[in-house]
Amino acid sequence: MASLWEYANPLKFMRTTDWLLPVVSVAALVVTSIGLIWGFFFTPDDFRQGSTVKIVFLHVPAAMMAINAWVMMLVASLVWLIRRHHVSALAAKAAAPIGLTMTLIGLITGAVWGQPMWGTWWAWDPRLTSFLILLLFYLGYLALWSAIEDPDTGADLTAVLCLVGSVFALLSRYAAIFWNQGLHQGASLSLAPGTRMDWAYKAPLYTCMLGFGLIFVALVLAGTRTEIRARRMKALVARERMA
Amino acid sequence: MSALLIRDLRLALRAGGGFGLGLAFFLILAVLVPLGVGPDPGTLARIAPGILWLGALLACLLSLDRIFALDFEDGSLDLLATAPVPLEAVVTIKALAHWLTTALPLVLVSPLMGLLLFLPAEAYLWLILSLTLGTPALSVIGTFGAALTVGLKRGGLLVSLLVLPLYIPTLVFGAEVVARGAQGLTVATPLALLSGITFGAVALLPFASAMVLRINLR
Repeated sequence: MASLWEYANPLKFMRTTDWLLPVVSVAALVVTSIGLIWGFFFTPDDFRQGSTVKIVFLHVPAAMMAINAWVMMLVASLVWLIRRHHVSALAAKAAAPIGLTMTLIGLITGAVWGQPMWGTWWAWDPRLTSFLILLLFYLGYLALWSAIEDPDTGADLTAVLCLVGSVFALLSRYAAIFWNQGLHQGASLSLAPGTRMDWAYKAPLYTCMLGFGLIFVALVLAGTRTEIRARRMKALVARERMA
Repeated sequence: MSALLIRDLRLALRAGGGFGLGLAFFLILAVLVPLGVGPDPGTLARIAPGILWLGALLACLLSLDRIFALDFEDGSLDLLATAPVPLEAVVTIKALAHWLTTALPLVLVSPLMGLLLFLPAEAYLWLILSLTLGTPALSVIGTFGAALTVGLKRGGLLVSLLVLPLYIPTLVFGAEVVARGAQGLTVATPLALLSGITFGAVALLPFASAMVLRINLR
């Protein structure tokens, strides 16, 4: 019976991702292209927001992946702390810069949209503030990784930071809500009945979200593979020196 | 454990311990802010709660690297880690010593700084109360940050980057208590949330700090 834990073996992970990575990459490219082209060129303009509404096809998927990347890092960190699988620590490391980029995309597209719509690039709104705080957490996490030389110590420390940081990131989110009631509209998508978005927008948006998810998976796999190779190279160099 | 506390207090109080640097920083901040934003009492009174909390927070931050750095350099941290006292307790004592030597003096002089910044009279009680309740969280969170970066050469700036985001909820609720107090509003909600953060942090974070300290000493 195959289990997920088999992929904790770097060899098995590499062998599987050898074929999985190209597949996911192509799928990510195709789905995101379809979603974005569909969203940008084949949806009607909103009657109030005009064509600026179309930035949602970048903004919402990026924001979603920014949060999901942190959740994935949290899970990977837990797996590393509990079961000591190196691949999972490396996957958490690989996910961080992608999450950071997604956070930046979310913030920048939001600012570009907010300028014509709200008349301001930035507002100290709880959602915006939480995202800026999330950016700070990503920066701290990455800075800690880059500051520590020993990879296992680095993996341990960043994993604990990720756990503690998650708690405080959540606290900060509710603190920000408490601190300033906001300007940002509620969730664009919701499972509750009576959702606000028309299917003409929802269908391409879901496609984009799927595409961004695939991009994230592809980039994390590629990053993890790079990290594993870097480790192997280090081991080879060390062995050369010993000989 | 009390021996450790007394030792840490003594080290901080005697020459070279850097005791009072945080206080001096707090004072300088309270002098620089009016110089920067202008002497208008109305403006200063409005921003005073935030500035005072921010000053206390930054003064705490500045003194974080002293919590473990000296003990790490001369090896006494290794001794403490192998001592029969649990490392969690050592970390808690270290945080307590930091609070007593850095945060408590700040709490005590904060009314004076409030005077410099024209803090409204109704807010003084809430300023002292919120700082007393909130600064233990700052010390405990800071101890976690110091434990994370204890072995690093460039730890100083990194610890700010790691700790400041963790300070956000404490700062928000703490400054909110004072701001509401200054406007004569009810402060119960932010005060309760602030205490919640402090008690939660004091109860749980020493375990995380001890864990990262063990990793760093390995």
